[in-house]
Amino acid sequence: MLLTLLLVSLIGAPVCWWLVRLDSRLSRAAWMIPAGLFLGFSSLAPALLGSGPIEEVRPWIPSLGVALALRLDGLSLLFALLITGIGTFIFLYAGSYLRGDPDISRFFARLTLFMGAMLGATLADDMIVLLVFWEATSLASFLLIGYKPEKAAVRRSAQQGLLVTVAGGLSLLAAVVLLGQAAGTLRISAIIAQAPALAEHPQATWVVALVALGAFAKSAQVPLHAWLPNAMVAPTPVSAFLHSATMVKLGVYLLARLNPVYGDHPLWTWLLLCTGLATMMTAAVLAVRQTDLKRVLAYSTIVSLGTLVMLLGLPHPLAGAALTVYLMVHALYKACLFMVAGIIEHAAGTRDTTRLRGLGRLMPLTAGIAILAGLSMAGLPPFMGFIAKELVYEVSLRGDASWLLVAFALLSNVVMVAVAGVVTLRVFFGPTVTTPRPPHDPAPAMWIGPALLAGSGLLLGLAPSLVGEIITAATRDVGGRIDHAQLSLWHGWTPMLALSGLTLALGLACYACWDRIHRTLMAREVIDSHGPDALYDRSLAALQRLAAWQTERIQSGSLRRYIVTVLSVMGISLSAVLIGTGASTPPSFDGALSLYGLLPALLVLGTLSVLQARNFTAGIVAAGTVGFGVALTFLFNGAPDLAFTQFSVEAVAVVVLLAIAGHMAGHGQDARSPAQRRLDAVVATGFGLLATLILLAVLDTPLDMRLSDFFAGASVPQAHGRNLVNVIIVDFRALDTLGEITVLTLAAIASAAVLAGTTARWRSPQQAPKAGDR
Amino acid sequence: MNDLILRLAGRFLLPMALAFSLYLLWRGHNEPGGGFVGGLIGAAGFTVYGLPRGRSRLLAALRWPPAGIAGCGLLLALLSGIPGLLSGAPFLTHQWRIWEGGLALGTALVFDMGVYLAVLGSVCAFVSFYLDEGAA
Repeated sequence: MLLTLLLVSLIGAPVCWWLVRLDSRLSRAAWMIPAGLFLGFSSLAPALLGSGPIEEVRPWIPSLGVALALRLDGLSLLFALLITGIGTFIFLYAGSYLRGDPDISRFFARLTLFMGAMLGATLADDMIVLLVFWEATSLASFLLIGYKPEKAAVRRSAQQGLLVTVAGGLSLLAAVVLLGQAAGTLRISAIIAQAPALAEHPQATWVVALVALGAFAKSAQVPLHAWLPNAMVAPTPVSAFLHSATMVKLGVYLLARLNPVYGDHPLWTWLLLCTGLATMMTAAVLAVRQTDLKRVLAYSTIVSLGTLVMLLGLPHPLAGAALTVYLMVHALYKACLFMVAGIIEHAAGTRDTTRLRGLGRLMPLTAGIAILAGLSMAGLPPFMGFIAKELVYEVSLRGDASWLLVAFALLSNVVMVAVAGVVTLRVFFGPTVTTPRPPHDPAPAMWIGPALLAGSGLLLGLAPSLVGEIITAATRDVGGRIDHAQLSLWHGWTPMLALSGLTLALGLACYACWDRIHRTLMAREVIDSHGPDALYDRSLAALQRLAAWQTERIQSGSLRRYIVTVLSVMGISLSAVLIGTGASTPPSFDGALSLYGLLPALLVLGTLSVLQARNFTAGIVAAGTVGFGVALTFLFNGAPDLAFTQFSVEAVAVVVLLAIAGHMAGHGQDARSPAQRRLDAVVATGFGLLATLILLAVLDTPLDMRLSDFFAGASVPQAHGRNLVNVIIVDFRALDTLGEITVLTLAAIASAAVLAGTTARWRSPQQAPKAGDR
Repeated sequence: MNDLILRLAGRFLLPMALAFSLYLLWRGHNEPGGGFVGGLIGAAGFTVYGLPRGRSRLLAALRWPPAGIAGCGLLLALLSGIPGLLSGAPFLTHQWRIWEGGLALGTALVFDMGVYLAVLGSVCAFVSFYLDEGAA
């Protein structure tokens, strides 16, 4: 069932593309895919909540211990329902938002693909499977941010998001390898089962650091957060779905998943706490600097992500509960507010907060929806946001150094209240101003989703027991505990309530002074010139300079220098091995006087004539004789296949080289200086001597006949062939051969690409290349 | 390199090289030969043919673009692994049919044909870039 649901989404992508291409009106029905998946996951919920997680395991790469293992537990179910539930509204909204767009089929295909990848990542019970889907979400995000790639800013944002999240993915890959070695399994459920032992494993510190890095990049933690606000260039449905409600929470998901294992590790608590707090503060300050509606929301998303990471750093059992509730609430109101921002942009033609006022009279429906979501964001009763905020305060009060945590939590919540004020009160109330387009309420497809999301924030605040069971289950999977009593609006006269009151008062004050704070912060230009976004550009430029520098160093363009380098490196490393293994016996010269004894003499003569050659043509022919001599040696020593191949290779090589030599200007005169010739002579003689010594050492070791005997015995009965070499190539080692011919074909295509440019120059006589070194 | 001897030799050598290369391909499973050396000899034939005549004549003699020939070879080698997969064995487990009299034909030959085409196409693609443009 799980695999079927996953496949529906993954296969849905090309089907969606094809159908919407056929008739773009079908895009308005695309919401049925996530809606169907939502129903599918909902139908699994009773079984899961009653009798525990649902598992499905299929073999994938058994030799590496990797299985296509899927597991639906409380945390996965929470994510799956959020992804498909919010996905339904996003699809519905996007069908209307992008109406008439010529690329709409591509958009829906990518969105469906993303949803499948996201579901796969949250359902995966195998680290490798998780990693594959994790990277797939990064790729889908890249494609969706870069949906309209005509603008340079869009391309930069798409690339930035990809580079940051994929670099985090690499870090995660390293963590997975280490974790797999430490645990002896890649199954996540099995890893969690051996939790206490793993946290004390000597490599635990590395695993924690690498996992955290991967998760921080994905969940936009400071200082890796700059890609998220920049990703706001994507169409609004993408911002609402990927960059607020789902994908950016994947890092939090992974941390939550591993929290039962490493929750008590000192580095884990320290790292998550500090990064979470730093992220909350940085993003809270930066949010006030923004004027773009979507960027304000993006920074408030980063504040929330920081809060979630901070909660994971607190070892208190209630932190898990606060995490799940906060995560759910945030997904509901933030997706809604983003869609509202999209509606405003659609209707009024701008999303600049300084140019939007008093829209409420012209679009009352949108205003109502926005205010409902804004109240949940501000954490006012009776909305579910209030419950989440109370839980965060309660956990902060119970931790060590609680006054510090509470101060940070208070400050970030104050900014949340102010942001909620800016995106709802400011935009919808006050005097009407003229906007680029006359604003109006949108079509039903665009407001139904936001309305239901905003309404659910109110409904769940009034009746939190509706989701009590799933939150309890998810909290248990994060390693926390919650009882239903804590999931209610009224907790009595508590310090948390006082803090909530203080938050609201300060938040409103902050909202009132928003413009003044905004101007003060904008005056600090150092944030633009030395902030993380500028650092990203600078490190990218530095990387390019490094690449240019080392290419200039290593890729001199001189074939002679390449060969000298390759032979020297090989020679030095081989002689190190040779000295390590010891000396070999001197060669015997029996049979030197027989007919075969003439062959070595022929080879030596050929080699000498290569050295004596006056020009390339003579050199190529002489080198050819050496090759044919080697082929003869193979033939006389019982390797006719090898000899055959050597003959043909040699023949083709001589002909091709002669053809090339004809193109070379100056007819290939040797242009080396005497010093260069001496160096070449030393390298060549040294390498030749070394090869001789190695061959003598090889002759010294007894021949291992096991493989030869196996092939000789198995060749006819198993592969119906008497030619061992061919049977090995096409049958026993066919996969290797397939790889080799793939490389061969790719090499031919790649050289064609390179040579197509070069030979065009050769053919025009004016621009003949210089003879000599190159 | 518009040499009369090479020109004449190429005309006779090409069919001979092709016939010989196919013969090597056929007998390769039991006697010295096989797809790799067969493809090389075929390519040698085309090289000698193309050297005095130029690139366009070589491409005309090949009929299909050399990179396409190599790609077909890859595809053939890949496809030869499917029957094994379908019968439940690992990918590229060759399937055989044995006639009375000892003639055994299997997907191994298809695979070897793939190798032959991949080598032939790759070498010809490579060589073609070093030839003169030639008369079309």
